[in-house]
Amino acid sequence: MLKRTPLYQTHAASGAKLVDFGGWEMPLNYGSQIEEHQAVRRDAGMFDVSHMCPVDLEGEDARPFLRTLVANSVDKLTQSGKALYSCMLNQAGGVIDDLIIYFLREDWFRVVVNASTADKDLAWMEKVRLDGGHRVTITPRRDLAMIAVQGPNARARFWQVRPAARAATERLGAFFAAEAGDLFVARTGYTGEDGFEVMVPAAQAAQLWQDLKAAGVAEAGLGARDTLRLEAGMNLYGNDMDETVSPLDAGLAWTVDLKSPRDFVGRAALEQQLANAGSRKAFVGLKLLDKGVLRSHQKVITPHGEGEITSGTFAPTLGFSVAMARVPREVKIGDTVEVDIRGKRMPVQVVKMPFVRNGKPLV
Amino acid sequence: MKFPDDLKYTPTHEWAKVGADGLLWVGITDAAQDMLGDLVFVGDVKVGQALKAGETAGVVESVKAASDIYAPVDGEVVAFNDALDGEPQKLNSEPYGAWIFKMKTTASLAGLLDAKSYEASVAAEK
Repeated sequence: MLKRTPLYQTHAASGAKLVDFGGWEMPLNYGSQIEEHQAVRRDAGMFDVSHMCPVDLEGEDARPFLRTLVANSVDKLTQSGKALYSCMLNQAGGVIDDLIIYFLREDWFRVVVNASTADKDLAWMEKVRLDGGHRVTITPRRDLAMIAVQGPNARARFWQVRPAARAATERLGAFFAAEAGDLFVARTGYTGEDGFEVMVPAAQAAQLWQDLKAAGVAEAGLGARDTLRLEAGMNLYGNDMDETVSPLDAGLAWTVDLKSPRDFVGRAALEQQLANAGSRKAFVGLKLLDKGVLRSHQKVITPHGEGEITSGTFAPTLGFSVAMARVPREVKIGDTVEVDIRGKRMPVQVVKMPFVRNGKPLV
Repeated sequence: MKFPDDLKYTPTHEWAKVGADGLLWVGITDAAQDMLGDLVFVGDVKVGQALKAGETAGVVESVKAASDIYAPVDGEVVAFNDALDGEPQKLNSEPYGAWIFKMKTTASLAGLLDAKSYEASVAAEK
C-alpha cells in the first residue's frame, strides 16, 4: 500500500498522473511536464513535497548533537531562521542522506529529510544521539504538509493568498525561514528559482493549495521538479550520491566543513580520501552536442578512463540534453568527451554547473 | 484516449496503416504518448534496413524515458519523418497525424490488432 500525502485527493481531482515515488503515491505531472517546468521558470508553480519529512530536534544538546551528526558545520548558524544544507554521513564517509537544517532557537532546530530515507535517517539519528549521550528529542513531524511555491512570482502569489503571513516573511533573505502563525515559511527550494517552501498543518494544506491555484500558481509534479533541479545543478539523493559515495565525489565538497576541529561521523574517512587523491573522482556537468537524451547510468568515455552519468535529462529551458556525471578526476571543464547512448557514441562537452539559474541559461 | 477504427495496432503501441503511396505508415499510439509524457526526441530510424516484425526500427524519448519503436511486420524501412526531428511534441498533440517511419512490405497485416483488441490490451496493462 502506497503512502499518500494530505494533498492526495486534491491531486486526483486535478487529474494528476500518480506514480510510486519512494513508496509514496505522488503526482508525476498534471498534463504536460514541460509546461509545468516553464511555469516555474517564468512565473510560479507549486509542488506537493509533503512526502519529505520535517524532524524537530529539541533540547539543550541540539547543537552539539548536530555538530556530530552532519558534515557541514552548524556553527555557521548563528542567526535565528538561518538554514544550512548538509550531508549526513556513515563512518565510511558515504552519504546516508542530504538534508536542510533550520536554526530556530538554541534548543530547537528543524531538519527536513528525504521521503524514501526518512525511516533509516530517524534510526541513524537515534543511534548517534545514544552514542553521544545527547540530551535532545527527535520528533518526526508527519502532522505537517509541505508545499514548495517556486518561480519569479512565487512569493508575491503566496502573499496575495496569505496576506497575514507577509509581515513575517517579507524580509526573509535566501536560505532563511520564519514562523508565520500556523505556517513555517522558508525561502528555500529545489528549482534554481526564488520562492518559498511552506510547511502547513496537514488539515490546512488543501485549502492553501486551492488558494494558490486560484491565484494562478501552476500545479507541478515530480517530473518537472526533477528537470528543474537538474538544470539548477542540484543533486538528487539515490541518483547522484548514496551510502557508497563520498560527498567529495558528488560535487558536495562545499558542504563539508573540515576547518572546525569537531569530530563528525565520517570525518576520518573523508580525511583519508583527501590524503589519497588518486582515488577521487570529478563530478561535472555534461552538455550533449547532438540530438538525443542523456540518461542516468550511461557510460562516459574519456581519454582518462570511463565515468558514469548519475542524472540526465532533456533540459526544457535550454532545448538540449544535460547530465551530471562522475568521471576520472583528470577530466576538465571545456573538454569534449563521449557518452554511449544505446550503443552509439555521442559527443558531450564538460561544463560547469548549474546549467540554469533564475531563469537564465548558463551553458 | 483515442483508438481510430481505420488503423492497425501492435501490443507494443505502434499504429500502422497503408498510405496513399502504397507504403506502410507507422507511428505511436495515443496510449503510448500518454504513458511516455512530453516527447523530446525521435530518431535513430534505420532507413534502408530490412527488418523482421518486432525488430527495433527507431526510438522515441520523452522527458521521462527512452522507448524503442518496432517494425509491426517484416519489410524495409524506406523513410523517416524528418519534420518530427524539430517538433517531437507533435506526437503528443496528434499521435495519429504524424507517422514516424514508412516501410515497403508485402507482409499481411492480418496478424496486427484491430482497434477493439488494442484498446482491450491497453486496458489490461493498467
